[in-house]
Amino acid sequence: MIDARGYSCPTPVVMVQKEVKQSSPAELEVLVDNQCSVENVTRYAGGSGYQVSVTPEGRDFRLLLKK
Amino acid sequence: MKKVNWVVVAAGGLVGLAAVALTMLGNPSNMGFCIACFLRDVAGAVGLHGAAKVQYARPEVIGLVLGAFIMSVAGKEFRAKAGSSPATRFVLGVFVMIGALAFLGCPLRMVLRLGGGDANAIVGLVGFTLGILVGVQFLKRGFSLKRAYEVGRAEGGVLPAVMAGLLLILLAVPSLLKFSEEGPGSKHAPALVALVVALAVGALAQRARLCTVGGIRDALLFQDFKLLYGFIAIFLVVLVGNLINGNFHFGFTLQPIAHSSHLWNLLGMTLVGWGSVLLGGCPLRQLILAGEGNGDSAVTVFGMIVGGALAHNFGLAGNPDALNEAKELVVGGISNTGKVAVLLGFAVLAVISVVNLPKEEKVAARQTTAV
Repeated sequence: MIDARGYSCPTPVVMVQKEVKQSSPAELEVLVDNQCSVENVTRYAGGSGYQVSVTPEGRDFRLLLKK
Repeated sequence: MKKVNWVVVAAGGLVGLAAVALTMLGNPSNMGFCIACFLRDVAGAVGLHGAAKVQYARPEVIGLVLGAFIMSVAGKEFRAKAGSSPATRFVLGVFVMIGALAFLGCPLRMVLRLGGGDANAIVGLVGFTLGILVGVQFLKRGFSLKRAYEVGRAEGGVLPAVMAGLLLILLAVPSLLKFSEEGPGSKHAPALVALVVALAVGALAQRARLCTVGGIRDALLFQDFKLLYGFIAIFLVVLVGNLINGNFHFGFTLQPIAHSSHLWNLLGMTLVGWGSVLLGGCPLRQLILAGEGNGDSAVTVFGMIVGGALAHNFGLAGNPDALNEAKELVVGGISNTGKVAVLLGFAVLAVISVVNLPKEEKVAARQTTAV
């Protein structure tokens, strides 16, 4: 799980990119705290072959990336 | 072929259109919008520097912040956050401003200058891209100014409140402010028109996440072209607007409020590109983020205002090309002090870039330096 709360873009996407490139997980959970990061991580993950589901959690967002 | 994000294209198009309109209404040539120039003018208006030609409380700056604030509140995206290396961001803001004023424009004005045929902006764009490339290398190695934390809503409202206060003074007691009587600061669109246009641009830029550095950065980092479409849209609209108005003049010398000292145009924008990547966004984006409640971006904006004041108090800013009495070209550029300031900026950015790497990368960087 990547906790990218508190980080502004592009850092959350860089964190996800690093994980995807290193271990190419079939499933990855990402926590972010702003809509901009939701959009950017979703776009990057979509381009890398993942399906993304977004669940709001209070003021944060939990993204589930699945191959 | 990736999908074009039309919100970003629309936002870019509106910025371009607004820039052309504001220039027609009185803003300086190729300066419909320039965040660096306008923050410098604001610094002059409140007496932080004494350069009489660049003093005006630009309603565009006020409108951009308040437009982003209103849109983020309406869209439930306003979120007060701070604590991500604020002092470092202040220093980065200062040097981004010094780099921008060496070139005579922020990245947004660079695009507007490109659209006006100013070939010096091509040199600036090369430098800007080089700076982004350097910044991206550090991002890839894990550079981070660390996370921000939720803070009280009032903290997130500081820059919008400061801008609202400045607007109140501008409209109700303008005698408290300084106004240029000649030079770029004296050239401006009617205040209320500029304010309304900037409110709209700020709101749309917030919604579209418009960022001039983000376009090139994301294309290099993730092959993500979303923001780059906004950058291109600004350029195309301004280019067409200038061609229609007869304001397109291609060349290097004697461009409006620009100099053709190539090396310093290049290095100034390299500093801006690198610094903006470390900050997470261009000067325009910093204004928008501060409007959304980001206290770290507010500190960056304060850093940029101070950078503008320093640039003029110490004679660091660029001087435009001019003709002397014999009608001979006098190529502008920056003073020796300005050159030292730009080079100092690179040293400061290098230190900030390295000390904010993860521990293992810092060791590798030191070993590379030792070799």
